[in-house]
Amino acid sequence: MMFVPGNNPGMMADAHIYGPDSIMLDLEDSVTMAEKDAARLLVYNALKTIDYGDTEMVVRINPLNTPYGKKDVEAVVKAGVDVIRMPKTETADEVRELEAEIIKVEEELGCVGRTQIMAAIESALGIVNAYEIATASKRMMGIALGAEDYTANLKTPRTPEGSELLLARETIVVAARAAGIACFDTVYSNLDDMETFRKEVELIKNLGFDGKSIINPRQIQVVNEVFAPKQKDIDKALRIIAAIKEAREKGSGVIAVNGKMVDRPVVLRAERVIALAVASGILNEEELS
Amino acid sequence: MEVKNAVAGTLESGDIMIQIGPGEGLQVELQSSVAAQFGRQIKSVITETLEGLGISDAYVKATDKGALDCTIRARVTAAAVRATGKDVWK
Amino acid sequence: MRNTKVVSLEEAIRRSGLKDGMTISFHHHFRGGDKVVNLVVAKLAEMGFKDLKLAASSLSDVHAPLIEHIKAGVITGISTSGLRGELANEISHGLMAEPVVFRSHGGRGSAIANGELHIDVAFLGASSCDELGNASGCPRSENAKSICGSLGYALPDAKYADHVVVLTDDLVAYPNYPKSISSCDVESVVVVDSVGDSSKISSGAIRDSKNPRDILLAQQAAQVIINSGYFKDGFSIQTGTGGASLAAVKYIKESMIEKGIKASFALGGITAHMVKLHEEGLIGKLIDVQSFDKVAAESIASDQTHQEVSAVEYASADNPGSAVHALDIVILSALEVDVDFNVNVLVGSDGIIRGAVGGHPDTAEDSALSIIVCPLLRGRIPCVVPKVTTLITPGAGVDVVVTEYGIAVNPRRPEIAERLKEAGLKVVDIHDLAAKATSVIGVPDPLPFGDKVVGIVMDRHGKVLDKIYNIQ
Repeated sequence: MMFVPGNNPGMMADAHIYGPDSIMLDLEDSVTMAEKDAARLLVYNALKTIDYGDTEMVVRINPLNTPYGKKDVEAVVKAGVDVIRMPKTETADEVRELEAEIIKVEEELGCVGRTQIMAAIESALGIVNAYEIATASKRMMGIALGAEDYTANLKTPRTPEGSELLLARETIVVAARAAGIACFDTVYSNLDDMETFRKEVELIKNLGFDGKSIINPRQIQVVNEVFAPKQKDIDKALRIIAAIKEAREKGSGVIAVNGKMVDRPVVLRAERVIALAVASGILNEEELS
Repeated sequence: MEVKNAVAGTLESGDIMIQIGPGEGLQVELQSSVAAQFGRQIKSVITETLEGLGISDAYVKATDKGALDCTIRARVTAAAVRATGKDVWK
Repeated sequence: MRNTKVVSLEEAIRRSGLKDGMTISFHHHFRGGDKVVNLVVAKLAEMGFKDLKLAASSLSDVHAPLIEHIKAGVITGISTSGLRGELANEISHGLMAEPVVFRSHGGRGSAIANGELHIDVAFLGASSCDELGNASGCPRSENAKSICGSLGYALPDAKYADHVVVLTDDLVAYPNYPKSISSCDVESVVVVDSVGDSSKISSGAIRDSKNPRDILLAQQAAQVIINSGYFKDGFSIQTGTGGASLAAVKYIKESMIEKGIKASFALGGITAHMVKLHEEGLIGKLIDVQSFDKVAAESIASDQTHQEVSAVEYASADNPGSAVHALDIVILSALEVDVDFNVNVLVGSDGIIRGAVGGHPDTAEDSALSIIVCPLLRGRIPCVVPKVTTLITPGAGVDVVVTEYGIAVNPRRPEIAERLKEAGLKVVDIHDLAAKATSVIGVPDPLPFGDKVVGIVMDRHGKVLDKIYNIQ
C-alpha cells in the first residue's frame, strides 16, 4: 500500500505505474489545514478520472471529529473509492459512526454497501480494542498499524529493530486473523536505508502481516521480493494443488502427496502460496489451469 | 454570485495555479508551456467548470505546469469555492 | 626553424586563406562550456568576413551569440547535429534564409570523408597541444584546465579539412603524445586564455537519478536487455544520454555478475558508469568517441584499453569497418516515438528545435538490438504519438520501446516480443500506448507551423529524410 500526498497532483497522476497493490491518497497528515479543501477536490477528481487499473484505491480521511472528516467521506464515496481508511481509530463506536456517514452518502447515490473500511490503529487504546475495532462492521476489510502516533502515545522512540512495536504488531495480526480480515504494517520513512527496511519487511512478514505500507515507489521492489514465495514453496504448493485435483477426479476424499496425508491447514497454506505467487508475477493464471 | 480574490493550486510540475477575481463575463488568461497544443482545451475546462458552479462573471489567471484536466477542474473548483464562500459539499 | 606554427588567431585566419562564402568547422567536445566557436566567429566578424558556412559537430545553449553574427550576415549557413537554447529558438522562428542541415555523427563523418561536406578551415579546440600541432583532449601539464578526453568528433575535420587551426589553452613541449590530432594535419596553433569552461564541459561524479520513474524505466530497460537473447558473454553495448538509459547499465550489472557474463566492449559516449564496469572487469574495452564526464576523461588519458575513435570509425554508414556494425545492444532516449517506431530526438512538442540527432540513427540502424527508453508522458506532453513531429531515426531500425505503461516491440522482431513475454514482462501494442496517452491528456491541437523550411534532416546515407518548418 503506497501512501501518496493528497495535494500533489503530479504524484497522483502516475502512482499506479509502479505497480503497488493499493494506493492510499492521503487527506490527513500530509495535507496542511489551509489546503484540506483543495486536496479533497483533487482526490475527488483524480478518483473520478484517472484510470488506476486494477489498483485498489484507498483514501485516508481526516478524523470525523474535525471540520473535514464528514466532507471527506462525502467526496470520496461520491468518487467511488474502494476503501476509506480511518485514522487514529480507538473504539468500535468510531467505526460504526464512520459506517453511518458512509451509508448516508451511499443511500443518496443508491449504492449501499460499496465502500469498505480500513481502520488505522495508532494508540494504546486502539491496540487494547483491536478485536472490537476489527469486528465493528462487516465493511471492515483490514486494520493497520500507524507507528509514529502509537510510539508517541507510548512515550517511547521508534528504534530500528522495532522492539517497542512488537506487542502492537502481534495484537493487530491476531485481531485481524480472529476477525477474518487483512492486516497491514506501518511505514518506514528512511528511504536511504534499504537494509533496515528489508529487515523490517522480513520481520512483519514472519509475524503474519498481509502487507506493508510504503512512502515511495523505490520501496516496492523490496516488499515484493520479501513477500514473493520461494520457488521450492511454490513447487510444493503446486504438487498439493495437483493432488487435490487428482483426488477430486477420482472422487476420493483423501488427499495425499508423496504418500503422506495432507491436512486442511496445509491445503490452505498451499492456496495462499499460489495466490501470492500469482500476485508477485511468478506464476500466471494459465499455468495453473 | 459575488467573486472575491482567491488562489488555489501550486507551481509544481503537474499542477496548475488558479487566481480568480471579479470580472465581467468569463475572462481566462493562460500561461502554459503546452499552450500551442492544449491551450484551447485547458481554457474550455476552466470556463466549463466555472459555469457548472454557476459563475458567469470572473477574471481567471491560470499558470499551468502540465496539469491534467482532472487537476484543472479540482483547482478551479477550489479557487471558486474560496472566492464565493459556497462549498460543493454538504 | 622553430615555432612557426604558433601564431595569433588573426594571423592563423589570414594564413588559412579563408574567403567569404567558405566553410569553417568546429567540434563540440567542450559541450556547454565551449568558448571556441564564439571566440573565432567574433574574430571573423571583426575581420570583416561575410557569408561563411558554419559546420559544427553540434551546437548548444552557449552559442546564442551566433544569432547576432547571423543577423549581420557573417554566418549564412549552418550544419550541425544539434541546436539548443536561444539560437535554436530563433532559428525555429525563421532567423536564417538558408535552412540548417542536420546530420547524425556518423552521417557527418561520412559526408566529410566523401567530400559532400567540404571544410575549408577547421578551428579545433584542444586541451593540450605542442608547438608542432600534436593535439589532445587529455591534460599534459599542471596548467591543463579544459579537459574533454576523446576528440573523436574533431578527427574527420582534422583529416579532411583543407586547413586546420588548433586552439589550445595549454601549449606544452613537443612531443604531446599520445596525440589525437597529428601535427602533420595542422597548419597553425593558437594559444588562447581558455577553450572551455571546465565546470560546464562535464560533471564531476556519477549522479544517480532518484526520480522513481527514471528508476522504473531503467529497471525495465535492464530486464529487456537481460531477456532479449543478446545478453551473452562477449556482448557489446552502448548507452545514449538520458538518466534512464544511463541507469539501465547499473541494473544489468548484477545480472552480469550472477550469470558470469562479460561485455567485450562499450561504444560511443563513455560515462563514469561504463568506466566503473570496465575497471571491475565486466567490460573488456571502451571505444570512446566522446568522454561524457570527468571520470571518463581521466580514464581515457591513462588506460590503454580505453581507446578513442573518430566519428567515421564510430558510426559511418558508408564504411563497413565502422564500430556500430559490431554493436549488439544500444539503449537510446527519445522526445517522441510514433506507432511506426519512428523516433524524433530533435524537435520539441512545441515545434521548437531542442535536441540533437547525435548517434541515434547510426546506432539504431546498425546495432543488433536497439531499445528506446522514454516516459509515455512528460507532464502533459505525450512521447508515444500517432506521427513524430520530425523524423530522425526511421522505425525500420528501432526494435523495442520501453515506457512506464508497458514495453512495445517492433512487429519486425516477433522473436524478441516472444522472449520478453516469456520472461513475464508487460509487452503491449504500440498503438495501445499512443491510445493510453490520448486517454490521459486528450488530443493535442496541431502545431502552428509556417511554410518556410528552417531545417533539413539528412539521413546517414546523405539523402533528405525530413524537413523542419518555421513555428509561428
